[in-house]
Amino acid sequence: MMNGSTAQQPGLLSGLIATIRRDLLLAWKRPGDVLNPLFFFAMVCTLFPLAVGPSAEQLKFSGPGVLWVAALLATLLSLNSLFVSDFEDGSLDQLLLSPQPLPLLALGKTIAHWLSSGLPLVLISPLLAMTYHMPADIVGVMMLTLTLGTICLSLLGAIGAALTVGLHRSTALLSLLILPLAMPVLLLGANTVSLAAANDMYLTGIWALGAYAVLALSLAPYATAAALRISNE
Amino acid sequence: MWKFFHRMASPPHFYRLAAMFTPWLFIPGLALIAYGSYAGLFVAPVDYQQGDAFRIIYVHVPAAYLSLMAYMIMAVGGGIGLIWRIKLAHTVGAAAAPLGAAFTFLALATGSIWGRPMWGTWWEWGDPRLTSELILLFLFFGYMALRSAIDDTTKADRACAVLALVGVVNVVIVHYSVEWWSSLHQGQTLMRKDGPAMDAAMLYPLLAMILGFSLIFGALLLRRVRTEVLFRERRTRWVREMILAPAGGR
Repeated sequence: MMNGSTAQQPGLLSGLIATIRRDLLLAWKRPGDVLNPLFFFAMVCTLFPLAVGPSAEQLKFSGPGVLWVAALLATLLSLNSLFVSDFEDGSLDQLLLSPQPLPLLALGKTIAHWLSSGLPLVLISPLLAMTYHMPADIVGVMMLTLTLGTICLSLLGAIGAALTVGLHRSTALLSLLILPLAMPVLLLGANTVSLAAANDMYLTGIWALGAYAVLALSLAPYATAAALRISNE
Repeated sequence: MWKFFHRMASPPHFYRLAAMFTPWLFIPGLALIAYGSYAGLFVAPVDYQQGDAFRIIYVHVPAAYLSLMAYMIMAVGGGIGLIWRIKLAHTVGAAAAPLGAAFTFLALATGSIWGRPMWGTWWEWGDPRLTSELILLFLFFGYMALRSAIDDTTKADRACAVLALVGVVNVVIVHYSVEWWSSLHQGQTLMRKDGPAMDAAMLYPLLAMILGFSLIFGALLLRRVRTEVLFRERRTRWVREMILAPAGGR
């Protein structure tokens, strides 16, 4: 599409921003999509003390792991709807036809997904961490790992969501595809928080998570774009 | 050069060639495994630390190696299929997945059996390789699940190829996890820089087993690819002609 129409086309950045704005606006108009995973997150975190017992020692010990697993599952829950509504109302076809590079638009959608699912998770996590008797200085580390981790999960999950977009009963399939890929993120994130809680060296984990996030940020949009094209041909 | 590849990628040609090659892989593979099993179980000396329990490596190491190899074949096949649109490459990937899952399961089972006398437990979560191998098994399951969820073969091929390529990052983690996370699993002994730290009487059977397992894997893979080719090409003329032809006429 290089034939003279370039003058009328918006630039790359405006395409990205328009995608993000549109998805955020949609999320704003359908608050359930944003709130349900959050409630789910809070509820999973409530389930564990009920099952394991209210002992403060035990909760302190298992807190980072429980919060991380709950965050992973909540992200998974919200990923399902990432492309489905666009697929159903045909706007996904418009994305595919648009002159903007598809990886960029996929990235835009992923960023919007993170802003509407990952970020709220990070923001309410201190509240839940408090119920697990997590010390205040560890909460900061946990929020940092959750921030980096949910970025990774949104990016990885977008690939899975794109691969399964046209399929029936794709919820379980999406989990099966994404969870093994997400395990290293969970492992790094949860263990970093545990290490920090034990006053051990935890910076390595944060660097590794950061590296993972950078790698995912630079490669995942291309895989998502390829998967979207395959799912819609 | 390109002509050779195109000929290779033509299903009827490949089908015949694979049939020709399969016994050449299968019979030496069986012979090597027979030698390796005998030498590994009866000739190799008892390990001074692990006793007779170490002998499970003669199955465990080849299985673990081939589980990774199968994933690489899936990913490379998918990559070739995506880039050059060679259908046969996708077929190879599709055929490799269940084999890879089987070998991964074998590696997990033998590792777990080895762990019982060595670590005193069937399963050790602290061990990165055991955990990574389990993740690899799930990756294979995911690949197969995605394939079975998509009805259209071409679409399934391409979607699975993307998934396999994404999962390669995970396989790399499997491979380097030994260095990434320290654990109570013993370090690598075969691939050390200063040569294998193993007695020759222990090493040769192991090498024979690795080679033998690989050949058998190749034979099984070719066999599975042939079946898959036959199934995918079931509506074409050459398959009909071949099936309708009198016995011995192929």
